[in-house]
Amino acid sequence: MRAETDGMTIADPRPATPAAPPERETMVRFEDVRKAFGTVEVLRGITVDVHRGDVTVLVGRSGSGKSTALRCINGLEAINGGRLTVCGRRLHEPGTDLRSLRQDVGIVFQSYNLFPHLTVAQNVMLAPRKVKRLGLSEARELAREVLHKVGLADKAEAYPEQLSGGQQQRVAIARSLAMQPRLILFDEVTSALDPELTGEVLRVIEGLAKAGMTMVLVTHEMGFARSVADQLVFMHKGTVWEKGSRDILRDPATPELRQFVGNGL
Amino acid sequence: MSYDFDFAFLNEYGPDLWRGVWLTLGMTAASILPGFVLGTLCAVGRLYGPRWLSRITVIYVEAIRNTPLVIQVFWLFFGLAVLQVRIGAFPAAVIALVINVGAYTAEIMRAGFETIPKGQVEAASCLALTRTQVIWGIQFPQAVERVYPALVSQFVLMMLATSIMSQISAEELTGAAYQIQAFTFRGFEVYLVIAGIYVVMAAGLRLVLLGCATLAFPRRRRLGTPL
Repeated sequence: MRAETDGMTIADPRPATPAAPPERETMVRFEDVRKAFGTVEVLRGITVDVHRGDVTVLVGRSGSGKSTALRCINGLEAINGGRLTVCGRRLHEPGTDLRSLRQDVGIVFQSYNLFPHLTVAQNVMLAPRKVKRLGLSEARELAREVLHKVGLADKAEAYPEQLSGGQQQRVAIARSLAMQPRLILFDEVTSALDPELTGEVLRVIEGLAKAGMTMVLVTHEMGFARSVADQLVFMHKGTVWEKGSRDILRDPATPELRQFVGNGL
Repeated sequence: MSYDFDFAFLNEYGPDLWRGVWLTLGMTAASILPGFVLGTLCAVGRLYGPRWLSRITVIYVEAIRNTPLVIQVFWLFFGLAVLQVRIGAFPAAVIALVINVGAYTAEIMRAGFETIPKGQVEAASCLALTRTQVIWGIQFPQAVERVYPALVSQFVLMMLATSIMSQISAEELTGAAYQIQAFTFRGFEVYLVIAGIYVVMAAGLRLVLLGCATLAFPRRRRLGTPL
């Protein structure tokens, strides 16, 4: 595992500029976003910006709205109010092309959701071939590359059920990477894994963070949040209760976050 | 009670039985694939199609599942005659079987589609696949695999149901047997023999269909998972 993660590199599409420009591109902008399921208000006006190259971590109790907020970003949930802009697309306006949005925004789920009837390589190649119309050899090369990034190049011909949960989740990450998204969403991707397998998945995500991938994570792994978050968002009762750098976990401003962090330790 | 079995009719009427066997197998073979396609399209239409299409498939499925096959066959055969459409007994039988087995297949496939976890569809659409690509590339292969044993049973049942086709003068195996016992008065022996033939044909059909599964589901083949 050690050797695999050490070799992990993500091609950074940005030109190498020594000094980052002061104003970085905003990839996702929530402005007073509201979402209700029936009469239950899940998001009560949240405002958050996600900048290019940043890792934004959403934490909070179950039911605080963090997963819903994440799922709004790629249109899995439609918002009911406010403004939500993702990669230049205004999701609050009708007629958003979700398929085009989803080519820019990848997502990895808690339950992996690999396609069981396809091999690992086929899982990874499916969207590049069918959506981006890549040729077979090109897609194979791409699959090899992204599987190498998650340390699973040798599992290309295996079926998902032959892999451990951690390996399946890494394949799911590779499947998402294969579409070369500008942003990847992670929805509690280690919640179904035991601590040992959690580690191997987190190391992959860490590698992506180091390579400059823009990511939004919902996680219960507070230690991980503390180590990778460029921006930390604490959600509570459908609102952004507190946000800032990862340091807010060390020094919470609100009793709710203090209590949340206290329970998490 | 004593009964002297007499299978002498087999010498004289063997070729008639043989023709019956081939007709039964022919009808079955010709009906399976079109029936499967029709049923699958109906299942997809019912689940994911517009409301009018969904309604039509419900009416079709219920009409077929709640009437006897022999009545459907008569209705088709004599109905076509009324419309001045001349059609042989064999094609008429095949069309009736396709329509019949299509309705049952539609229900089986619908069940198959409904057992696919929502997460599969969600993950696929999050990869920017179109609705059609998700249905045929992700849901359909998994659905068929899950309900395959039920489909095999249904097709075997269909083969056995061809035994009513002599009603429209398609002399399949049961029809041939009826003729033979009418000439020989050896009904007990005749029907004993054809029961044995049906058992062999049903077992053979199951084997063939399981062989198709081995080809169709490479994952099962590789992992050695039984259906």
